Amino acid sequence: MFLLLFLLSLTVFFLFNLLPGDPARLTCGKACTPAIIEANRHRLGLDEPAPVQYVKFVTGIFVGRTFSPDSPKPIICNAPCLGYSFTRHESVMSLITRSAPVTFFLAIGAFIIWIIIGISAGIYAALRRGRWQDRVLMTISLIGYSLPSFFLGLLLVFFVIIKWQLLPFPSYVSPFENPVQFTQTMILPWMVLAALNAAFYVRLTRNQVLETLGDDYVRTARAKGLPERTVIVHHALRAGLTPIVTAAGLDLAYLLGGAIITENIFSLPGLGALAVNSITDSDLPLIAGITLLTASLIIFANLIVDLLYAVIDPRVRLA
Amino acid sequence: MSQSVDTSQGIGRNREAYLSVTDLVVRFPSEDGIVHAVEGVSFSVQRGKTLAIVGESGSGKSVTAQAVMGLIDRRVASVSGEVWLDDEELVAMPDEELRALRGAKMAMIFQDPMSSLHPFYRIGAQLTEAALVHQKLSKSEARSLAIEMLRRVGIPAPSQRVDDYPHQLSGGMRQRVMIAMALINSPALLIADESTTALDVTVQAQILELISTLQAESDTAVILITHDLGIVADIADDVVVMYGGRLVEAAPTNRLYYAPQMPYTLGLLTSVPRMDRERVDRLDPIPGNPPSAVNLPAGCVFQPRCTYSDRVLDGACLTANPDLIAVEPDHYVRCHLPSDERRRIADGVLASLAGDPG
Repeated sequence: MFLLLFLLSLTVFFLFNLLPGDPARLTCGKACTPAIIEANRHRLGLDEPAPVQYVKFVTGIFVGRTFSPDSPKPIICNAPCLGYSFTRHESVMSLITRSAPVTFFLAIGAFIIWIIIGISAGIYAALRRGRWQDRVLMTISLIGYSLPSFFLGLLLVFFVIIKWQLLPFPSYVSPFENPVQFTQTMILPWMVLAALNAAFYVRLTRNQVLETLGDDYVRTARAKGLPERTVIVHHALRAGLTPIVTAAGLDLAYLLGGAIITENIFSLPGLGALAVNSITDSDLPLIAGITLLTASLIIFANLIVDLLYAVIDPRVRLA
Repeated sequence: MSQSVDTSQGIGRNREAYLSVTDLVVRFPSEDGIVHAVEGVSFSVQRGKTLAIVGESGSGKSVTAQAVMGLIDRRVASVSGEVWLDDEELVAMPDEELRALRGAKMAMIFQDPMSSLHPFYRIGAQLTEAALVHQKLSKSEARSLAIEMLRRVGIPAPSQRVDDYPHQLSGGMRQRVMIAMALINSPALLIADESTTALDVTVQAQILELISTLQAESDTAVILITHDLGIVADIADDVVVMYGGRLVEAAPTNRLYYAPQMPYTLGLLTSVPRMDRERVDRLDPIPGNPPSAVNLPAGCVFQPRCTYSDRVLDGACLTANPDLIAVEPDHYVRCHLPSDERRRIADGVLASLAGDPG
């Protein structure tokens, strides 16, 4: 995993160095002369060879670093320093820490809703297989699955906020500051994100449960005379959950990296919105920082999922 | 001489038996049409006795067992007939009452011990779970019962093994665990569905011996489902031969081996490899494949593969399903051949099996 993280940082770093566009050129405005560009390049440490820059980048993450140390106004970037955005005149880390809670609350809320709805509806559909309840659920899930989130999002904004005025216009506040406004703002984004994922989880859970219900050990459980509820929950579902845990772990990690479309529709200042803005502004240090963070999240989630596997499946513990 | 039995009644309920199955019919709907898995099967077994149900894959023997256990989903399949277990009729019984009997008065061991135990739970947990549904025990009592059962089925160091997961045990050991689990509530009926098929030959013998020993200890009625006539001879008291979802011959074991009458039974006997015979000829397999349970032949189910059907007048084998005839009080045969013709054919086949070239 550490090797993976190392390779990841290397890739991100060099990818952005190889990209066309001169970050030093981007730092100065209209009245730009080659002399200013060169001075800025030195100030940003971009005149040094790439490997040296990389080492400084990585050490910055662990111990912090100082930009343009020889200038009268050095910029101190404390550890963990993911770089400094010269476009925004702020360290990448502080930009991220400001946006991350928004994305975190958005992702966690949606995750809880979709897991509860998706898994319970999936089990229900599996137990009513082939009957009308199953068909209705599968049709809804297909619709939910094929609806693009921007469409569903705009639809909700139009009807719930603009036409029926059931909710005020979204304006993000911290839940600790104003829980009511927080919930009012988040409820639609949660629903949009949850709908899409729940639709997928209904199908996933249904298939898993149907598959394990046909397994030999489920027949054994029935032959023991266990109540149907125990057979389904303790025997079929327990075994069918493993792939759902994998999918859920990775999906949550992916969402924590920012839900670009949803954040934009509801103008939530989360990581996804930050990423989009950094790209439109060609703010390379910020892009690199966000990329590194989200990719690390995915790697970390993979580790967590693997550890959870061992808790769920005793056969993994010995392997 | 031979007396005809009304097929709609089959063999009729045997009131002395612990389990008596009468005219059991199981049909499943499928995309290709209705699957006639079991068509009017009757048999019975007393406590302490062993009944073998023999047949090829797809003959309906496993479905019969699962129907007895109530493991067939009656919302999907149609199950009719009568299954009497110790004065209770199971086919018409509500699911919840049937569930209370499953694992308590009747238990089942399955074919593949590798997949029949839950991979995520310790064997102790799986054993105590079976005990706790049907008996009022504390957790520690259930655990000591589980250890005691493991000891009875011959698992070494049972008090340590009880905390193992299934994947830590060998196939034979897992099947012993399955047996311990099936017998933990001392059921009076044990159904073993191909329970030794997936095991090594030496382990097969151990498992069968174990079942016999435990059967003798608690006077259990045992139904042994198998396709292997070789293992039947030693342990079964009675044999039922199934083909295409129908019972085609039923008799006490000795009679079935020494005086079989149905051409299919003869075919099964000639397909068993025998080491004690001097004949080094090839085996004599039954030609063709079992019938599809969706499109059963109009006449006798075995007719397409029967070498003797041309000896029946009027081509009755093609048009009419033969009745189940009692040739002896406890020997039933479903065949159109005249009885002297059947005996002549059987004598010839048995003679050739015995190594006599005539």
